[in-house]
Amino acid sequence: MISFLTSLINGLSLGSIYAIIAIGYTMVYGIAKMLNFAHGDVIMVGAYVAFSVITTLTLPTGVGILASIVGCMLLGMTIEKVAYKPLRHATSSLAVLITAIGVSYFLQNMALLIFGSNPKMFTSIVPFAWQRIQIGDFMIQTISVICIIVSIVLVALLQTFINKTRPGQAMLACAQDRGAASLMGISVDKTISLTFAIGSAMAGIAGVLLCSAYPTLSPYTGSMPGIKAFVAAVFGGIGSIPGAMIGGLLLGIIEILGKTYISSQLSDAIVFSVLIIVLLVKPTGLMGKVIQEKV
Amino acid sequence: MSMLKVTDLSVKYGVIPALRGISFEVNQGEVIALIGANGAGKTTTLHTITGLVEKAGGKVEFEGKDITKMPAHKIVEMGMAHVPEGRRVFPEMTVYQNLMLGAYTRKDAAEKQKSLQEVYGHFPRLKERAKQTAGTLSGGEQQMLAMGRALMSRPRIILMDEPSMGLSPIFVSEIFNIIEEVSKEGTTVLLVEQNAKKALSIADRAYVLETGRISLEGPAKDLLQNDEIRKAYLGE
Repeated sequence: MISFLTSLINGLSLGSIYAIIAIGYTMVYGIAKMLNFAHGDVIMVGAYVAFSVITTLTLPTGVGILASIVGCMLLGMTIEKVAYKPLRHATSSLAVLITAIGVSYFLQNMALLIFGSNPKMFTSIVPFAWQRIQIGDFMIQTISVICIIVSIVLVALLQTFINKTRPGQAMLACAQDRGAASLMGISVDKTISLTFAIGSAMAGIAGVLLCSAYPTLSPYTGSMPGIKAFVAAVFGGIGSIPGAMIGGLLLGIIEILGKTYISSQLSDAIVFSVLIIVLLVKPTGLMGKVIQEKV
Repeated sequence: MSMLKVTDLSVKYGVIPALRGISFEVNQGEVIALIGANGAGKTTTLHTITGLVEKAGGKVEFEGKDITKMPAHKIVEMGMAHVPEGRRVFPEMTVYQNLMLGAYTRKDAAEKQKSLQEVYGHFPRLKERAKQTAGTLSGGEQQMLAMGRALMSRPRIILMDEPSMGLSPIFVSEIFNIIEEVSKEGTTVLLVEQNAKKALSIADRAYVLETGRISLEGPAKDLLQNDEIRKAYLGE
């Protein structure tokens, strides 16, 4: 029972990180109508920024985290402007998809060039990450709790931003009908740019959390969590923020429970099998909407 | 002076011409109808004016200012609203949120509330359904919402695309009554309609579009009497 609870908490913690990444995926998909396959690699860049600021420049942790968030935000906006925006009116949506894959490899190889292929070890991002919290026989790491809390806070902030603020409403409008949104006086370009900024800032936070919970960093650090978060977004219903949250959490729990009780080698296979089953039963994902059209 | 002046406007979809150099004017306070068959270019004309479709050539002036190259979201701010074909309300947002998005370019909260009350005055039904999501409204209600949303920007000219499409006769009459009300309150109206009879009955002047060209123009009353029009568009 204790070990089950511990696994559950660890799963929730990993799932929280997936959720934060998945939200970035789902927001960009919902508003820009594209799959940003470079999203995972933005996480990696964010983690390297935090690592460099904290370890190499020996600045305080807070500065490192902030640098990671701001760095990712700028990176996300730049990628959108340079690589995706020129293709927004391209006849084939494949063009932008392939460009996204290209950006992903570009970021990985830049990191390879700058930081080398040897994984960097670090445990210093969140100083008390590895302290244990013990309640009776039940023991969890602080970082697990931090991950869960951060993700809940981020989702709450994001939901408030989207539902209560003017730019948030503009984002919702663009997600539903870009043409109609521009007729309201909303700049679609600016809104998409803002979406990338927010999604990438969240990737920066995810990068810091990921490397605090799993303290190795290589140029490929972002790619697997990126793919898993994409799965989580599809699992929850792509385009839906609550869906991404639930999809991420479930994915994390399934992965850790699979590792603990079935096989640590098969855990990824289990995760993807669940995805396939869910999509067979409910092709729009758990929270996905069936779009109704009324005449 | 003309409020909206379109000169030699042409549009191409790929290599296919959709508008082949049309010119027309809308004067302050008028209701102008743009009628024509399916595919004549009526919707394209409106989309081109408000910047949703790229122009191949020609010029659009609004209140003396050249808006030919202005992006759609800037044009609204100048005082031109567009009620698009098929309503295009935001289906997952509430009626209230839709209306407030209509006032997106405006800053003054008190003035926005005033406009909201005016819109509710025109469409009491929208007030009743303020908290309902727009996707759950009937077609007629969605049309009212689209019109109300456009009025929330407090436009000096309103472009309406097929407001009667797919509506029951009762709703059609109601919508046309409101168009007349809006016009009486001083808003200039450019109306695109397949229901030529209804459109001509409330318009001051009208233009007839045929395969991307203006084939006929004149006072709406005269066009209602015109034999060709009666045969082609009024089904008589």
